[in-house]
Amino acid sequence: MTDQTIGHVNDHDDSHADHGPPKGLMRWVLTTNHKDIGSMYMWFSFAMFLLGGAMAMVIRAELFQPGLQLVQPEFFNQMTTMHGLIMVFGAVMPAFVGLANWMIPMMIGAPDMALPRMNNWSFWILPFAFALLVSTLFMEGGGPNFGWTFYAPLSTDYAPPSTTFFIFAVHMMGVSSIMGAINVIATILNLRAPGMTLMKMPLFVWTWLITAYLLIAVMPVLAGVVTMMLMDIHFGTAFFNAGGGGDPVLFQHVFWFFGHPEVYIMILPAFGVVSQIIPAFSRKPLFGYTSMVYAVASIAFLSFIVWAHHMFTVGIPLVGEVFFMYATMLIAVPTGVKVFNWVATMFRGALTFETPMLFAVAFVVLFTIGGFSGLMLSIAPADFQYHDTYFVVAHFHYVLVPGAIFAIFAGVYYWLPKWTGHMYDAGLSKVHFWMSFIGMNLTFFPMHFVGLAGMPRRIPDYALQFADFNMIASIGGFMFGVTQLLFLFIVIKCVKGGPKAEAKPWEGAHGLEWMVPSPAPYHTFTTPPDVK
Amino acid sequence: MATEHQAGGDGTYYVPAQSKWPIVASIGLFLTMVGAGLMMNNMSAGGQSATGHYVFFAGALVMAYMLFGWFGDVVRESRAGLYSPQMDRSFRWGMGWFIFSEVMFFAAFFGALFFVRYYAVPWLGGEGEKGSSNMLWPGFEAAWPLMTNPDSETFPGPEKLVDPWTLPLINTILLVTSSFTCTKAHHALVADNRKSTQTWLAITLVLGAVFLVVQGYEYYHAYNDLGLTLNSGIYGSTFFMLTGFHGAHVTLGAIMLLVMFIRINKGHFTSKNHFGFEAAAWYWHFVDVVWIGLFLFVYVL
Repeated sequence: MTDQTIGHVNDHDDSHADHGPPKGLMRWVLTTNHKDIGSMYMWFSFAMFLLGGAMAMVIRAELFQPGLQLVQPEFFNQMTTMHGLIMVFGAVMPAFVGLANWMIPMMIGAPDMALPRMNNWSFWILPFAFALLVSTLFMEGGGPNFGWTFYAPLSTDYAPPSTTFFIFAVHMMGVSSIMGAINVIATILNLRAPGMTLMKMPLFVWTWLITAYLLIAVMPVLAGVVTMMLMDIHFGTAFFNAGGGGDPVLFQHVFWFFGHPEVYIMILPAFGVVSQIIPAFSRKPLFGYTSMVYAVASIAFLSFIVWAHHMFTVGIPLVGEVFFMYATMLIAVPTGVKVFNWVATMFRGALTFETPMLFAVAFVVLFTIGGFSGLMLSIAPADFQYHDTYFVVAHFHYVLVPGAIFAIFAGVYYWLPKWTGHMYDAGLSKVHFWMSFIGMNLTFFPMHFVGLAGMPRRIPDYALQFADFNMIASIGGFMFGVTQLLFLFIVIKCVKGGPKAEAKPWEGAHGLEWMVPSPAPYHTFTTPPDVK
Repeated sequence: MATEHQAGGDGTYYVPAQSKWPIVASIGLFLTMVGAGLMMNNMSAGGQSATGHYVFFAGALVMAYMLFGWFGDVVRESRAGLYSPQMDRSFRWGMGWFIFSEVMFFAAFFGALFFVRYYAVPWLGGEGEKGSSNMLWPGFEAAWPLMTNPDSETFPGPEKLVDPWTLPLINTILLVTSSFTCTKAHHALVADNRKSTQTWLAITLVLGAVFLVVQGYEYYHAYNDLGLTLNSGIYGSTFFMLTGFHGAHVTLGAIMLLVMFIRINKGHFTSKNHFGFEAAAWYWHFVDVVWIGLFLFVYVL
């Protein structure tokens, strides 16, 4: 296909389609447009990122020095719990759904998402769900205080009354995610332009297709486990109570059957974003496209048979420890394929380091660090030492912050010109990158050391020998946190104005999304383009 | 309702204009959930407040209004010929994967049943690799169905169980038969035989309704004669949660079929174009398959 702009050409036979969006607040409330809904998801996600981030600041401020200084341990527990829940369900997942909404229809030449009204419902559930979740902090007895994994019986027998509302908030998030995933699948399988075969789809679309299957398979299991909690709390059942023949460990099995695929739900779309960006700024096609698709599918499959590696110390039979250990290690193979392919794409490429590429390269390096610490944790006998220490905290923050969140930043910087029609302030965005890069490494790298030395997670106080590393981590955390306000400024500045963006602002970029003007017209591809 | 893209006939995909239903549905869902939470917390705290009931009822009303309005819009659009075969496929993918998500919801409860039955309860009884759990209640002996719980004061075990070869067998026959009659109705619809469609669908609905009545009686029997309750330990927990959620899904499926019955009486659908009916039929077959699993793993084995 040529580089000419085709969006308007396609629209001319449909005189209604060229008009812009309706005005005012109700445009957003009533919309069925994938771009509006995508934008709402992104803004919601960023609001939650700041809220969850503010809670992280409370945590880091309390841990700045040993001893209790700022908050009570009860409140500290609520902060760690809510920080995790908000970041996972409120920040990372909606951000990727936002990217999916904006980009998937444009990447496959579809007029919109397959089920546009349901799409808007998926979004609008979220503000209500999080209003309910956050309101628990103000209820009698406080909010959820049992960690984001809400292990029974902490979350049943010993939980505050607000847990009931936490459960219903989780149900609402589940409804939203399942509908969103169904929409993504129907869109990708049914709305591809003629000629857009499955193996021609951009990798971001592939990773989202597989992520959507993971969501549909495990979000109902999450609904199941919180329902069992609800029944144990209010209706006298004994699912997680050994006195009635149940088992608290059952909670962990069901929860992690959801929870492990969930971590891939948060990282597979990140793989997709990075797989779009690295070829664009290497000016080379993605190395090993087919192997990338199979690697993502393999990771998704393996994610269903590794859940008990989160439970090595809880008391599972030896054969279980061994099975889950080796199955977990197996994930390193397809993940290694992906990292190899990204590096091979850059090898001998004509590299330039615009901001999306900076975040993408940082992703490859730092996510790999998180992957290696994951490999260490997968060794069951070693995990008995690492379990519930800051080493685990370091590990999953390395895969989520420079993994998922850096990929989201990379995607936003990559596609922001397409969304707004303006180029953003390149200099400021590089400041954002370097401050984030330094800040997050300062925060999370020392956690490896204090974790290996035995500092337990989720405790507001610590032994004196951990003081220096914790102070460094807190300083890094504040730096990372404040830097995100700069990101907000850069985005608002770009939305308001800036140098005009061309239809294809990145020389090496490929794909249908760059064939439409910038900003993308309100309706794109009302008639599908022909993909050769 | 105005549409921005009048489509369908000319091969473009139908993208509906603005719609109020998503926000109405979000508010309805929110009120229902908050109301349910208030009701449960009030119940467990032994309070007398009725606030939760009102909120829940308000939410349910909003949800009902939304369901009528939203599905009404879809029906009107479909009958106005706005939907292309491509749109039809979107609905098919949507319904298919929705049913799969329901399968996974039941899988969580079946998984819990298998785990307690083959691991947790034997371990508590001192068998197997984690048999040291027996130290918690040294006299406890494992058995399935579990009639005597480790802590019999908090969780008094059931006195008797439901005999699978009485009410549950009747229910199995009812539901499997209804799956066949549902298919007969579908075949009649494809053959454009309206009269026959109505008859077979009515029979399906009656069978479904009788199933629910029998299950209601079975619960009454379990609570009053057998001492089998939600509080009877893990057997009662898995029994009532699995059969209860199944019953809720039968109710939902029956409502779907009832709507289809009404639409057929109104002259909706053609012999080629009737995905609404098919979706309800798929759902009905799904609850039937789940019941077979329940009959085997909860009652018989």
